[in-house]
Amino acid sequence: MDTKRHELNIQLAQMLKGGVIMDVTNVEQAKIAEEAGAVAVMALERVPADIRKDGGVARMSDPAMIAEIKKAVSIPVMAKARIGHFVEAQILEALKIDYIDESEVLTPADEECHIDKTKFKIPFVCGARNLGEALRRIAEGAAMIRTKGEAGTGNVVEAVRHMRTMNREIRQLAEMPKEEVTGFAKANGLPYELTLKVKELGRLPVVNFAAGGIATPADAAMMMQLGCDGIFVGSGIFKSADPALRAKAIVKATAYFNDPQKVLEASMGLGEAMPGLEIGQIPPEQLLAGRGW
Amino acid sequence: MSLHLVKDTPAVIGVLDLQGGVYEHLDHLERLGITGRRVKEENDFNDLAGLIIPGGESTCLKRLLSIFGLQEVIVRHYQRGMKIWGTCAGAILLAKKIVNEETCLGLMDMEIERNGFGSQLDSFAAEAVMPQVAAESIPLTFIRAPKILRVGPDVRILLRMDDYIAAAEDDNILVTVFHPELTGCLALHRYFAQKCGIKSAVSASGSIDPRWQTHSWTRLARIV
Repeated sequence: MDTKRHELNIQLAQMLKGGVIMDVTNVEQAKIAEEAGAVAVMALERVPADIRKDGGVARMSDPAMIAEIKKAVSIPVMAKARIGHFVEAQILEALKIDYIDESEVLTPADEECHIDKTKFKIPFVCGARNLGEALRRIAEGAAMIRTKGEAGTGNVVEAVRHMRTMNREIRQLAEMPKEEVTGFAKANGLPYELTLKVKELGRLPVVNFAAGGIATPADAAMMMQLGCDGIFVGSGIFKSADPALRAKAIVKATAYFNDPQKVLEASMGLGEAMPGLEIGQIPPEQLLAGRGW
Repeated sequence: MSLHLVKDTPAVIGVLDLQGGVYEHLDHLERLGITGRRVKEENDFNDLAGLIIPGGESTCLKRLLSIFGLQEVIVRHYQRGMKIWGTCAGAILLAKKIVNEETCLGLMDMEIERNGFGSQLDSFAAEAVMPQVAAESIPLTFIRAPKILRVGPDVRILLRMDDYIAAAEDDNILVTVFHPELTGCLALHRYFAQKCGIKSAVSASGSIDPRWQTHSWTRLARIV
């Protein structure tokens, strides 16, 4: 990928700032999401809550289903490829969607390598639990980062942990004399040049969205106040009692995240949120955030 | 007898802060020494000489404008003389006619087509000369851009490319389907400021700020 293409890809993500990206599994849901004010949709066969429940190997969705969704909406369409599955990514690029999510929600195809994203023209978003994961993905060519959170749980605690971890590491880095940066980069597995860039900028050089467990307008506003640039909602919308209402409410709360009065209004009368899962109740081998490195 | 002083309030350009490329525009205004401000509440619009509606997703912006009643607020201030510049999604919101979609603000006599090029793989960068705006060729960034298909008699075309119009203006509104705020080009921001009756405090030395970088916007969105 040439530098200009990479820049355009980073800039598309910039245009999504302050917006909500919603998981959808069919045309009807995609239209509800667009109508509610989503800035993009993530097309997939099963939302993370169902992937978690069903078990087995979770793969890239049927391209025919993604193509139908692409035809039905005019906002950007994203789809997921398995970590390391560069051929799934090639297929999604050939399908000409707008963004690929190299996602831990699907079963990893490679336990050693993530996709070399510099080989593609299409942009990638990747999940991260900390600054090291974020910068390694950016070094591999990701144009956008999101927290991993713990997808399909409706429990925001892991997304909060990941965002706070990144913020803490960025703060440490910003205050550190330059001679300490080499050791910090070594200890945390950070690509050195990018580490210096983060130190200079006081944040990631690309947008960083919240993802994994966001289920309410308050969750979204909280992640925005923690410094996220925008929000992914996976199972949180279409596993709730009134998806259209909740989708609109989360869009409102994300745009006005600093205005408690507006977040309050957005939070009223939404009906049941998706059922939540306590992280401690999930067997360790079923935790998704540990996938990838 | 009280002495009436003419209150010299600085002229402000607002950037609609609902979703999209807000920091990028503020960064450019700052480079020109122009006071910019994020606006999202009714009272924020009161003293604006101009308003920039940034790129983002037009369906999202439309939705938020209508939920919070800001559509009427913008129209009211437009009628009082506030100038408006729409980039990309912003241009869609300003159009009187949108292909296959309902009109939003409908203040500019033109027909526009959302996402006129295709997917992100069709986003591109180009260069062109816009004689009214700058003497030299300026960089243009198109991201899932709309196409202006035709304009009314009171609208002047500033840039025509292939089968579409990429920039146009009337006396009160400027529209660009590309993103000057995603390049180092300051010429369009300077041009819009002039339209608002604001002179850039920074003397014009070319259209491009060589210090601009892709991540320049991040200085307005630091974690620390």
